[in-house]
Amino acid sequence: MTPKQKQTASCTRIRTENRAGGQRPDSAGAQRAMRNRQLNLQLQGWLLLLPAVVLLATFTHVPAVSTIIDSLFSTPRGRRPAAFSELDQYRTMLADPIFWRALDNNLLYALITVPIAISLALVMALCVNGRIKGRAALRLAFFTPTILPMVAAANIWLFFYTPDYGLIDQVGRLFGFGAINWLGNTSTALPALMAVTVWKEAGFFMIFFLAALQQVSPDLYEAARMENASRWQIFSRITWPLVMPTTLFVAVNALINAFRIVDQVIAMTGGGPDNATTLLLFYIYQVAFSFWDTGYAAALSTVLLTVLGVVSLAQFFLLDRRIHYR
Amino acid sequence: MSERLRALSTIGAAWLLGLIWGLPLLYAIWAAVHPSAFSTSFEIIAPLTWNNFARAWDAAPFARYFVNTIMLVLGIMAGQFVVCTLAAFALARWKLFGGEVLFALILVQLMVTPDILIVENYRTLHQLGLIDTLTGVGLPYVASAFGIFLLRQTFKSIPKELDDAVRMEGASTLQTLARVYLPLARPVYIAYGLVSVSYHWNNFLWPLIVTNSVETRPLTVGLQVFASVDQGVDWSVICAAALMTSAPLMIAFLIFQRGFIQSFLRAGIR
Repeated sequence: MTPKQKQTASCTRIRTENRAGGQRPDSAGAQRAMRNRQLNLQLQGWLLLLPAVVLLATFTHVPAVSTIIDSLFSTPRGRRPAAFSELDQYRTMLADPIFWRALDNNLLYALITVPIAISLALVMALCVNGRIKGRAALRLAFFTPTILPMVAAANIWLFFYTPDYGLIDQVGRLFGFGAINWLGNTSTALPALMAVTVWKEAGFFMIFFLAALQQVSPDLYEAARMENASRWQIFSRITWPLVMPTTLFVAVNALINAFRIVDQVIAMTGGGPDNATTLLLFYIYQVAFSFWDTGYAAALSTVLLTVLGVVSLAQFFLLDRRIHYR
Repeated sequence: MSERLRALSTIGAAWLLGLIWGLPLLYAIWAAVHPSAFSTSFEIIAPLTWNNFARAWDAAPFARYFVNTIMLVLGIMAGQFVVCTLAAFALARWKLFGGEVLFALILVQLMVTPDILIVENYRTLHQLGLIDTLTGVGLPYVASAFGIFLLRQTFKSIPKELDDAVRMEGASTLQTLARVYLPLARPVYIAYGLVSVSYHWNNFLWPLIVTNSVETRPLTVGLQVFASVDQGVDWSVICAAALMTSAPLMIAFLIFQRGFIQSFLRAGIR
C-alpha cells in the first residue's frame, strides 16, 4: 500500500479489454456477443456489490436522508401523526439553552482535548522512539488504555474521582487540598471527562507518530548533529515538518471522534450536573430515547451530520487520503 | 546544564509520563485483587484475594454477557469478511458503470457511522423485528466502508497476471477470489479482524439502545447496568468487573502486542 499501488491500480484493466482487446468485432454477431458479455460482466460485478449496497443504503444513506426529512416534521404522539412543520424544530432548537450548552461543551471538548491528545501523543512517540531504557514497558503503558472498553475505563476513573477517598483526592491531600467532588461540580465535571478522553486516545495517536518517526531518515539527524544543532532546532526543523502530514491526519480523526463522544458521558455523569457535561450525541440520545421526541432528535442529528460533513470536507481539501490510509 | 543531566531528566520525564498513564489501570488492579478495606489504602502487606472477581461474577450474569459479546464480535467479523470482500473485489477489478460514484458513496459511512443515526436505525430495526437481538446489534456494521476500502486497496495491489493465470485454467470468479486474492490478502484480513473485534468488543451506545435483556446484552452494556445498579459503591467489585470485561482483549493484546499495533496502524482508523 505504497504510492506504487497507484500504478498498479491504473494498470488494472477490466477483463473485457484483456480478453477481447485483440480481436476486432467484424460481424454483427460478434458485436452482439461482446455486448452480451459486457452486460454479463456488469451484472456479475453488481451482484457482488449487492449485499454491501443494500446494507449501506439501509443503515447509512436512507436514514441520513430521512433524518433530514424528519426534522421538518413534528414528532408523532399517540394518535396524532407527524405533521409538516417547516423549520419549527430548528426554531425550538435555537431557543433551547440545553442545545447551545451541548454545542458549546462539544466545541470546547474538541478544542481542548484534540491539541492536548496530539501533543502528548507526539511526546510519547518521541519517548518510545529513542533508545530509552524500558521502552517496551513505556509503550505498553501508553497504548494499553486504547484497548480498554470506554465503559470499563469510565468506571475505573469514577473510582479515581471519588471525593475524599479516590486516588486524586488522596494525592491532593498530601499537598493540602480538601475533598473535591470532581464530577459533581459544574466547573470541574467537563474537564474531568476530558482527562479520560485524553488518557484513552493519546496512546492510539502515538502509534501513528511512531510510524512517521521511523520513516525519517537517520541521515538527517546525523547531518544536524554535525552542524551542532540544538535539540529544539532538530525538533522544529526536521521532526516537526516531517510528521506534519501525520499530525493533520490524526487531528481530523480526533476531531471527528470528539463529536461522537458519548460512552463516558453515559457511564460517568449522565450529562450532569446541570447539563455541564451534555455533549451533542448524548443530547440526541437523551431527546430520542428518554424524552421520545424523535422529530427534535432528527433536527439535532441533522446538526451533527452537518458538523461531520464540514469536518470531512475540510479533510478532503486538507489531506490526500491515499497517503495516510496506508 | 550538562548533556548527561539533560538526558537523565528526559528519561525521568518519560518515565513520569508512563507512570501517570499506567496509574489508573494499576490502581484498578490493586483495588480488584485486595479486600475492599484496602481498596484505598496502600499497604504492601495487604492480603491478596480473588473474592472481588467471584462476587462480581455472581452478582450479574457475566457468563451470559461474555457469550453474547463473543457471538456478536465473531458474527460481525464473519459478516464483514464476506460482504466487504465481495464488494471490494468488484470495486477493485471491475470497471462498473457508476463504480466511482458508488465508492464515494460508500466512503460516506466512514464519517456517518450507524450509531450517529440512532433514531432512524432504531426505527428500521423495529420494522425488521430485530430489536433486542444480537443480529440487530451487528447488522448495521456488516457492510463496513472501512473494510471495503481496506480490502479494495489490497486487491488492487495484487498483480492482474495472477488473476489471469488462474482464470486461464478455467476458474470461476469466486474460485479466482479464493485461490488468488484471499491467500495474498491474509495479513490484511488479520489486521482488519483484530481492529473489528476490538472495536465491537468495546462498542457501547448502539448495543445499549438495541438490547434490553440479559440474553442479548454484550459485556459493555452489562457492565454499565451492573455498575449503575448501585453496588453499595463497592469499588473493589466494580473494578474487578471492569477488568474482567476487558481481560480477554487485554490478554490477547499482551501476547500479540506487535501484531495489534501493526494492525491498528495498517487499519488507520477504527
